[in-house]
Amino acid sequence: MSSREAILAAVKKSQPELLPLPQQDYVSTVPGDVQRFSDTLESIGGKSYLLNQEEGVLEVIAKLFPDAKRVVSVDTSITVHYLHEYESIVHHSLQDVDVAIIKAQFGVAENGAVWVTEEELKIRVMPFICEHLVAIVDAKEIVPNMHEAYNRIGLAEYGFGVFIAGPSKTADIEQSLVLGAHGPKSMTVLIR
Amino acid sequence: MNHNGTKDHAELAEKFNRDEERVNWHDRTLWWIRQKRDKAAWSLGDEWEPLREEASRIKSHTLSNLSEYLQEFEKNAQANGMTVHWAADAKEHNQIVHSILSKQNIQQIVKSKSMLTEECHLNDYLKEEGIDVIDTDLGERIVQLAEETPSHIVLPCIHWKKEEIGELFHRHLGSPEGVIDPSFLTNTARVHLREKFLTRRIAITGVNFAIAETGEFVVCTNEGNADMGAHLADVHIACMGIEKLIPKRKNLGVFLRLLARSATGQPITTYSSHFKKPRKGQQLHIVLVDNGRSTQLGREDFRNSLKCIRCGACFNTCPVYRRSGGHSYHNAIAGPIGSILAPNLDMRQYKDLPFASTLCGSCSNVCPVKINIHEQLYQWRQVLTEEGYQPKSKYMAMKAMATTLSKPTFFNIAGKAGRWAMKLVPGVVSNQYNPWYKEREMPEPPNESFTEWYQKNRKKKNEQ
Ligand code: SF4
Repeated sequence: MSSREAILAAVKKSQPELLPLPQQDYVSTVPGDVQRFSDTLESIGGKSYLLNQEEGVLEVIAKLFPDAKRVVSVDTSITVHYLHEYESIVHHSLQDVDVAIIKAQFGVAENGAVWVTEEELKIRVMPFICEHLVAIVDAKEIVPNMHEAYNRIGLAEYGFGVFIAGPSKTADIEQSLVLGAHGPKSMTVLIR
Repeated sequence: MNHNGTKDHAELAEKFNRDEERVNWHDRTLWWIRQKRDKAAWSLGDEWEPLREEASRIKSHTLSNLSEYLQEFEKNAQANGMTVHWAADAKEHNQIVHSILSKQNIQQIVKSKSMLTEECHLNDYLKEEGIDVIDTDLGERIVQLAEETPSHIVLPCIHWKKEEIGELFHRHLGSPEGVIDPSFLTNTARVHLREKFLTRRIAITGVNFAIAETGEFVVCTNEGNADMGAHLADVHIACMGIEKLIPKRKNLGVFLRLLARSATGQPITTYSSHFKKPRKGQQLHIVLVDNGRSTQLGREDFRNSLKCIRCGACFNTCPVYRRSGGHSYHNAIAGPIGSILAPNLDMRQYKDLPFASTLCGSCSNVCPVKINIHEQLYQWRQVLTEEGYQPKSKYMAMKAMATTLSKPTFFNIAGKAGRWAMKLVPGVVSNQYNPWYKEREMPEPPNESFTEWYQKNRKKKNEQ
């Protein structure tokens, strides 16, 4: 008998009689609160920036990261920083990226996270390998909590998807919080 | 002492307790994390308890249908392009991982946190085979450089002080002598590990949740090390215990709300990464490991321990863990939950662990999936005693205890005798043969029992 068969047989023999799966539905009537999203994000070490009508993303990036040498994005609207060769590029070569700009599908007010998938990222390692991460999210795309987040995701197809909540961090040395463990040292969410 | 001459929990705890200042510091740090957990839980108000209840019931359901869910997961994961492997025990798990490395002709790999690979002693196994494994979680890298194992499932080097880490990094990573600033040290590790991420072609990660419905799995980290490893490697191997399954993607809403809040008091970990398909040109392997889990599933009293989502909250709250340190449990998973899981693997070797508890129940109160941890510890004591794994003296004591507690007259007489003995001949209880007396002052025995007091005062009250 293969291990597969042996494990399945042993599990089947040991598992108790079928118990019901709770089928709770979480549908809230209130939309996600942008202020709450921003506050939570700041409390976990992230930054939020409310774009106003006149301000373009490119101007804000230039203002926030005046010294950045390599800024990249695979979002066509980020013209000057658009990474044309994203399909052929060796992903490791992104290690000197100062700022990566990504487009997020939505944000979650209760924990300050944004949801992105491979479809927007194109390159999976992009939001992890950069020094600073900027995510753009629409103000009307903020959901209140994680239940609503999964209601939105539904059974969508993706190869990879991730909730990102703030910069990479660690507190492994005597519980002192340090931003920028392996990934970005800062995360800014531009809300438009 | 354990049967094979290794030290048991009490002896190891005694060693840890020789440095009183360190014990107090360890105790305080963990309690501080427990308090952060409380704040995070309270921030959800009325939602928290129903969430725990639902998480617990989702896990109960999953365990009652596990063989079907495993097959559903396998089918969907394969359709997603993953290769699914099955390992009956730790040895087979290690062999599977090794065979994947051999096929690629790889001698160097990166690994992010996986308690399962700790449980299976994968690092030791691969080292024997000449393979260099770099743990990339900062805490795990620290204990790895020090040739130790993690002392906590979420906070691997919680027992290390920054001065010691500074010294360790100076020796191994060339940081300047005497530098102990956490930011500086973290950056030193960042530079050191970045080079590994960029050059190693195989990455191993753990799994926090696997979803039967979609054949995907979720890995949660704060550092981003699992993602850096997996997304830069040609081959990603994810290792998981079979109890990590959940039925539906939307169930993640419940678990991700609970996990980080219970673990560190954060609203969510920085990264909750959902791996569904291999990256273009990449191989994605998943190893499903039993290693005693199907046996535990069949032990009715201990089945619930398989609901554990490894948040570490029961460690942080445990008065014994906080004051004895993770290594005193001599098992990959320490703390209250480790003390339930370990005897399932080997009753003889871990017979001391269910006794390393005050049974105060704090663990059960904080557990996000509502495992009755302290009750199971108590039940293990009975099983171990019945099966003859306890010294005769403990067995007789427990027998006597059972008789005393079950018979009211006996209880009253025994109580009287005890109070009398503690007053007149305190040496009978407070002596070197009674391990309870060590490091403790015996309380003043009361003049009368509660029953006696109650009867007297009740009478008085009724007479008034
Ligand atoms: S037993 Fe409960 S509290 Fe302890 S680690 Fe597991 S899930 Fe967390």
